Formats: sequence, structure tokens, C-alpha cells
Amino acid sequence: MSLQQTLETGTTVRAPENLTMAAALNAAIRDAMVDDPTVVLFGEDVGPLGGVFRVTDGLYAEFGETRVSDSPLAEAGIVGTAIGMAMYGLRPVVEMQFDAFSYPAFQQIVSHVAKMRNRTRGKIELPIVIRIPYAGDIGGVEHHSDSSETYWAATPGLTVVSPSNPADAYSMLREAIASNDPVIFMEPKSRYWTKAELALPVQTAPLNRAVVLREGTDVSLLAYGPTVKTALATAEQGEAEGLSIEVIDLRTLSPFDDETVGASVRKTGRAAVVHEAAQFGGYGAEVAARVTERNFFYLAAPILRITGFDIPYPSPKLEEYFLPTPDRILAALSTWEWS
Amino acid sequence: MSLKVESTPNAVLAPLPLRLIDDRGNAVAESECGEFTLPSVDTLLSLYRQMVVARRFDVQVTALTRQGRLATYPSALGQEACEIAAVAALAPEDWLFPTYRDSIALLTRGVEPKDILASFRGDWHSGYDYHEHRIAPQATPLATQALHAVGLATASKLKRDTTVAVTLLGDGATSEGDAHEAFNFAAVWQAPVVFVVQNNQFAISVPLDKQMACRTIADKAIGYGMPGYYVDGNDVAAMYAVISAAMDRARTGGGPTLIEGLTYRIEAHTNSDDPTRYRDSADVDLWRSRDPIERLEKYLVAEGALTDEVRAEITAAAEDLAASTRECMTEQAVVDPLELFEHVYSTPRAALAEQRAFLAAELGGDAAASADLTEKSAR
Repeated sequence: MSLQQTLETGTTVRAPENLTMAAALNAAIRDAMVDDPTVVLFGEDVGPLGGVFRVTDGLYAEFGETRVSDSPLAEAGIVGTAIGMAMYGLRPVVEMQFDAFSYPAFQQIVSHVAKMRNRTRGKIELPIVIRIPYAGDIGGVEHHSDSSETYWAATPGLTVVSPSNPADAYSMLREAIASNDPVIFMEPKSRYWTKAELALPVQTAPLNRAVVLREGTDVSLLAYGPTVKTALATAEQGEAEGLSIEVIDLRTLSPFDDETVGASVRKTGRAAVVHEAAQFGGYGAEVAARVTERNFFYLAAPILRITGFDIPYPSPKLEEYFLPTPDRILAALSTWEWS
Repeated sequence: MSLKVESTPNAVLAPLPLRLIDDRGNAVAESECGEFTLPSVDTLLSLYRQMVVARRFDVQVTALTRQGRLATYPSALGQEACEIAAVAALAPEDWLFPTYRDSIALLTRGVEPKDILASFRGDWHSGYDYHEHRIAPQATPLATQALHAVGLATASKLKRDTTVAVTLLGDGATSEGDAHEAFNFAAVWQAPVVFVVQNNQFAISVPLDKQMACRTIADKAIGYGMPGYYVDGNDVAAMYAVISAAMDRARTGGGPTLIEGLTYRIEAHTNSDDPTRYRDSADVDLWRSRDPIERLEKYLVAEGALTDEVRAEITAAAEDLAASTRECMTEQAVVDPLELFEHVYSTPRAALAEQRAFLAAELGGDAAASADLTEKSAR
């Protein structure tokens, strides 16, 4: 059942609560499991522990081992078995625990999850949600802070999304679980503890749509997941310096919302994209290329990328030098000629 | 250079595989059959018929491939006992997870030749009705499908259904990490799944003693905590009996089983392979003399079940199938280039619609659709 249907069928709207993103994600999975008995949840430590980030807290106790289970510690196995379950009418929601630990599942995701609909001419669809906590800024040791979104976004057949706030986290996860397409659900670890006052079930903009979070007239600043907060802080700081920055939360990386971004860029004439992942061949490269192709004659300056450096993600004491900051973003914007 | 200091061929260490009918077509003494009994003559005759028809199909498709009418075809010649036994043991509600080499398993489960060959002649990646036949698409990335089988079997268990999943694997595929994960997940979750490993002794050119250092693939089952059986893969009676028992066990809550059928890939890996570079033709001749069909034929003739009349009827059925296989290749399948965009997502994407329009324009369709995007953006 889609969230829209849920709302239409009159699911009680609960009293507003102050929820973290982790709690909002938890509520989304729980509500989806209540509404749809085919939703099952499994992965490493998602059972009694409730996941290393507690996103699945309490679900094992509420739904039991049939629907919530700890799996053996093997990511290809988690995704591969989810494929078979989906072929038999279930809607698996699986967790990869950490970005860099999703790589053993790369073949299952790229060769099967992404391609099944296509190779079977639509006869087999895989409604699977693969949750991947990603990105850094949590002082994690190595292999715990990768931004792996570009690998997935570059793969036809996948829908790749990343919420930046608790309301979107709830709404987008509900929609992802209801989708008949496989969804890579990238959860920015550094935002798990971000709080918002929410009356659930909340429905925000649909998947596949970017959202203008803050209007501005001088620059379109494009961000997603962990860097949305950075972009908003940049806009605050920019305003104090007399620069009007429009902040767009892309929300869905694949497909890219050309319409919303194009409208903004045609208004401001300038754009920059911010992400934690390395720059070379990163998601921002695609954003810069396609936004330029479609809006070249509206642009006053080349599109900038303010990103992580082209190095492996650094150790905790050095990550502050790696991550894009408002100062670094404003400095980059100041390199344009402003006439 | 060998990475092993001392290489011991697995065959030297391996025990004798379980068989119910020996090389000469004689029933093996009951005392040597363990918990298994020889299937009825009616069952064996049915398996024989299916093997003969399957081989005719395989030989026909290999010929069509040599004529250049198919892009490729991985033959299962010599492996009919494993393939046919696995399919014959399936109940209608069961699912089969095959590989690219298992086309004759599809045929035996009722898939039309034209639908099997859709992928090998390049029409589309895969071309049959998976839900109707309860067969997953033939997997090319090795051992990946074993995990799908475990997942489907687990879903069946969660729903309290009786559906069992059977997956076919090759010996080389057991070196893949996905095979390990599939065996382990299946055993931990007690999934109703049966792994049928066709040990045809070669992964393209690499022999089994360069894949593993243990005696048999079946031995590995011990490490996962599930039953394992080392079976003569050219004895369809034994393969059928062992797989059927494993299916019963899976269906009644007994969990997974790993079955190794020792057989031989008589043909090359595919038409683009040259097996003379890595194996002795004397070995091939030896294994030809252990042919699974001839063995059963001797048994059935001795039992009086395979009369000239029955044999003629089976031959006619095989020839009819060969003729219809040739015929289906003369029909040109119409492949619409615009279908490329149809099955990527459940709902249309704007960017794909643009690319579809671009291709349509190239093909002489709607010229307006080809308008340059930059030009459009300038307006």
C-alpha cells in the first residue's frame, strides 16, 4: 500500500513528536510493515540489537523473527537472497550496515537487482530497498565513511535516493518500500541524530523530485544527504555577506530532476554542486554536465563542484580538512567573476 | 607455474560416487545403495525419453551455432542425467534456478525452443515466462543464482508454502564467494533448497584440482552443516533418487542438501573454445564410453521396457523437436529497438523518454523529437 493510499484510507495521524532521522526511518519501516505483511527486514545486527545505528530498534520485538531477522555476515548473500524473496512476492528491506561494506554486494546489485526487470522484459520486478548508511563526519575509522552513491547512480535500473532530514527520511522510505523498483536508500550517517517535530505519517515531496529548500536569486546551490545542512549554513552565511543563495535538496540522485534544477538555474544563472564524495567522476560531474547541456545559454559562469578531494576518505583527525564547509563553498563561489 | 607445491588430483582421494545402475547398465546391489532405491522402470523409461529428446535438442542447437545462426550455445552434452533428474524431481510449485549451460533443463520443464533460444540468438537477454514455468532467468554470473534460490526458498518457508527451490551449479562456480554464501545462508536459515552441482570437471579450461584441494565438492556440505551426496552424475537413476529424497527432506522442513553429480563436459565450453589446448582426447573418449543415455538404455533393454517400438517412438519425438527447433530459427523474431527503453523502470523516466525520442528520430520517426537540447534550452 502506498503512503498516499495509507493517508487516504485514514491512518490516524499521530501527535507531533520530536524525532531524529534514525527514529523517523524506524517509524517508516514499522508503519510499512504494519500496512503490508509482505514487507520483511533483514541484515547484519538488525534484530535484537536494532542495528548499529538503532534504525531497526524494537522491530524484532514487535514483528518477530519471521519478519525481522539477523542474517549471516555476508552482503552479497543479503542482497542475493533478497532477490529470491522478491521473486516470491515479498518486499525485502535490507541493510548494508556501512557504505564501504556494501561492496561485496556490488555484483548482486549491479548484475541482478538493477537488470532483472530489463532482462526479463518486465516479467520479474524486484521491489527491494537496500538501505546504506553512508558518508562521513562521524569520526569513523577507515571504511566507515565512504560516499558510494556514484557507483549506484551510474547504474541503469536503480533508483538512488538520499534524504537530508527526518520528514523526508520517513516519507521517502515509505515511498521506496512501496515502489515496485529497487531503491538504493542512502542514509547520511552524520544526520541520523538531526531532529524535527513531526506528526506521522508525514508525506513530503514525491521521490524523483528535488526541492527548493531556500529561495535565492544569485546562485543555485545543489546538495543532497549530508551536505544539505552545509548548503543551508552556506546560504545563511552568504546572506550576511550580501549573496542570495538558493538551496536545492536533490533528494533523488537517480533519476535527476532536470526540471526543478533547470528552473532554478535559469533564474539565478549560476550553480554549484556540493558533495562529500571525491570530485573526479563524481556525482557532481554528471550534474555539472547535464545542467550545462540543458541550460548553457542561461549560465553566466561555469558550474562549480565543491567536493571531497580525490583521495581515500581520511582518518578522523583529518576529516575536517576533507569535508566541504560553508567557508570553502563561499570561497569557491567568489572565484567567479561577479559583474 | 603451479601454486601448489604438491598437487594431488582430487580423483585419487575421492571415494566412489553413489550409483544405482553401473557403467554396464546393471543394477547395483542394494547393499551398496545406502538409503536409496532404484526408481521404477516406468520412471526410468520416462527419464530415458527426456534424456534422448534433450540430447537431440542439444546436438541440433550446437549445429545451428556452428552454422553461425546463434551467437553462442553452451552445450550440456554428456550431462543429461544431472539436468533431467533435477527437473524430473521438481513438483509443479517448485522453482528452478539454472545457468547458461542448462538449456535442456528448461526444455524438459516445458519451455519452447524458440523461447530458450531467444537469448542465444540475441533477441533479448532472456526470453521465457518465468512465472509460468517457475524457472528463473538463466544466470551467467557464476553462483549468483544460488543465492536467489536460497532467498526464494526462504520466502516459501516464511509463507509456510511447500515450494522448494533447486539450483544448478557447475564445479567452477563452487569457488565463487556467492556459492559459499548460498550454502551458508541455506543451512543457517534451513531453507528448502537443493543445490545440484554438476561437476563436469572443467571451468572452461581449468580442471577441478586447480579449483579446490578437498576430495569432493559434496564434502564441503559437512562444513556448512547440511547433508552432502557424491553421486555418479552419469547415472540418472542415482541422481533422480538422491535429488528426490533431498526435495522431500526440504519440503518437510529438513533444510538444504548439497548434491555433486560427477559427470563430464563432452563438448567445448562454447563454440568459441578450443578444448584440445587443455585436455586429452583420450579422456573425452573415456567419458563418451560412460555415456548416461547408453547406460540406461542397456538397463531398460534388459528389463524389456525399451522395445523397438518404444525406441522408434522416442526417436520420432526427438526428430520432431529437432525439426521444430530448426524451424523456429527460420522465423525472424521482430525486435523493436524502441523496446530498449520499456523495461528499465516501472514508471517512465523523463530522461529515458528523451533518449527514446532521440532513437525514434534516428529511425525516421518523429523528427521534432530530435531537436537539440541545447538549442531548445536557448529558446
